[in-house]
Amino acid sequence: MVRRLLGYTVAIFVILLGWHITSLVIGSPALPTPIDTIPMLQRYAAQLAPDFLTSFYRVIVAMVIGTVIAMPLGLAIGRTPKLDAFLAPILYILYPIPKIVLLPVLLVLLGLADAPKIVLIAITIFFQVLVTVRDAAKAVPEQAVLSVRSLGASRLDIFKDVVVPASLPDLFTALRISSGTAVAILFFAEAIAGRTGLGYFIVDSWAMLNYPRMFAGIIVMAFLGVLLYEIFDFAERRLTRWRKVGQ
Amino acid sequence: MLNYENVSLTYPGTSTPVKALDRYSLTVAKGEPVALIGPSGCGKSTSLLLATGLLSPSEGEVLVDGKPVNKPRRETALILQDFGLLPWKTVFENAALGLCIRRFSKAERKTRVERALEQVGLSDFAKMYPGELSGGMRQRLALARTLALDVDVMLMDEPLSALDAMLREGLQDLLLTLWQQRGYTQVLVTHSIEEAVFLGRRIVVLSPRPGRVMTIIDNPKMGTFDYRGTEGFYRTCQLVRKALKAETSRSEGSSHGA
Repeated sequence: MVRRLLGYTVAIFVILLGWHITSLVIGSPALPTPIDTIPMLQRYAAQLAPDFLTSFYRVIVAMVIGTVIAMPLGLAIGRTPKLDAFLAPILYILYPIPKIVLLPVLLVLLGLADAPKIVLIAITIFFQVLVTVRDAAKAVPEQAVLSVRSLGASRLDIFKDVVVPASLPDLFTALRISSGTAVAILFFAEAIAGRTGLGYFIVDSWAMLNYPRMFAGIIVMAFLGVLLYEIFDFAERRLTRWRKVGQ
Repeated sequence: MLNYENVSLTYPGTSTPVKALDRYSLTVAKGEPVALIGPSGCGKSTSLLLATGLLSPSEGEVLVDGKPVNKPRRETALILQDFGLLPWKTVFENAALGLCIRRFSKAERKTRVERALEQVGLSDFAKMYPGELSGGMRQRLALARTLALDVDVMLMDEPLSALDAMLREGLQDLLLTLWQQRGYTQVLVTHSIEEAVFLGRRIVVLSPRPGRVMTIIDNPKMGTFDYRGTEGFYRTCQLVRKALKAETSRSEGSSHGA
């Protein structure tokens, strides 16, 4: 814990230093220095705090929904060759489409509030998790399945005792990687529609040509990304304790 | 107790079907320990899977306790080469796995698992994960998992082949002790001649693929720990070695060692 905090402290220092030097070299009002930016965090705290909470709520709810739907489906596809033969081509066609293109449709159908943003992120996460979990379920060592089956395990037992735990590490890798994508989509969706969330705060600052305010929003958004990463990392360490031991 | 009656099994294979067993017949009496030995790919493992009901024969019949097996039977245990442990479960949970699947009560699980872990000397490691154990300890854990159940047929597929020589002898002693205590019917697949002679009252020599029973060597003196050092042990090993050699040279003569 102490080492983690120390790591982040050093990282923040290095980033701020790099930012400061870059800003001085470029010398444009569009890239203010950290010294100009950081006081803005305090000045606009009354707006930033609720926007942060709104964005956090949207992204975490969306990721949970996407995962909860994709996980069982991915496990089932990965362990059922017939289902896989039918669904895999569909998946290959839909997977590479950037889901952000659905934003206009979702805005028309679901309005400008939370729903279209949550659904858009959930769809993206759904595909990422589905593909990862399916591959992980496919790769479960057959010996492990065989030995549990020889004990008389039902299909459900095998899922519960073998396939699910074997897929968890890959699931969390997918979640950590896609939390970056999720924040990017969140920014885009909030920038385009509605008047809430960090995405809106950043674009609104840009419209006012208030670059220090804009960068304050970016800092908070970076914090949101780190928070998501840490949440998934924490959950992973709790749920996959066995991986810590020497192997 | 365990009967193979003219069993043949053909795997689909990637390009051409592979015949793993060909008219394989063997009877193992109740409480008898048998060792199966033969060249690699002779269908030793296949014959064990057939006995568990995880595989079905293409022809012939496999009977356990007079009944054809077509699904895993509660009293039959299978131990695989890689021990079949689940890395995400603790030693206790791994040992309790069979009991969990059979829906034993929590109290019953605790009593049985504690006793089984004690029998294999793992009581102090109940909370660890398999990743923290040595190879020999993992193998003992795999044994504990079956000991927690009421097993009357014990099938083992090269259970000790991943272990070094010193460890192997210790575990062979443990296997002998457990068999003597429990009196289950035991089929041990191995490619070690000494192991076959130490643990098999009969040693069944199989032909290369497709596997058939070629020779059966009686070994009535097995069953004591100091058997290893005796003249009889050495002579039986020689007999098995000769039988294996005859098998190998015959297959090389006919198919150029394919």
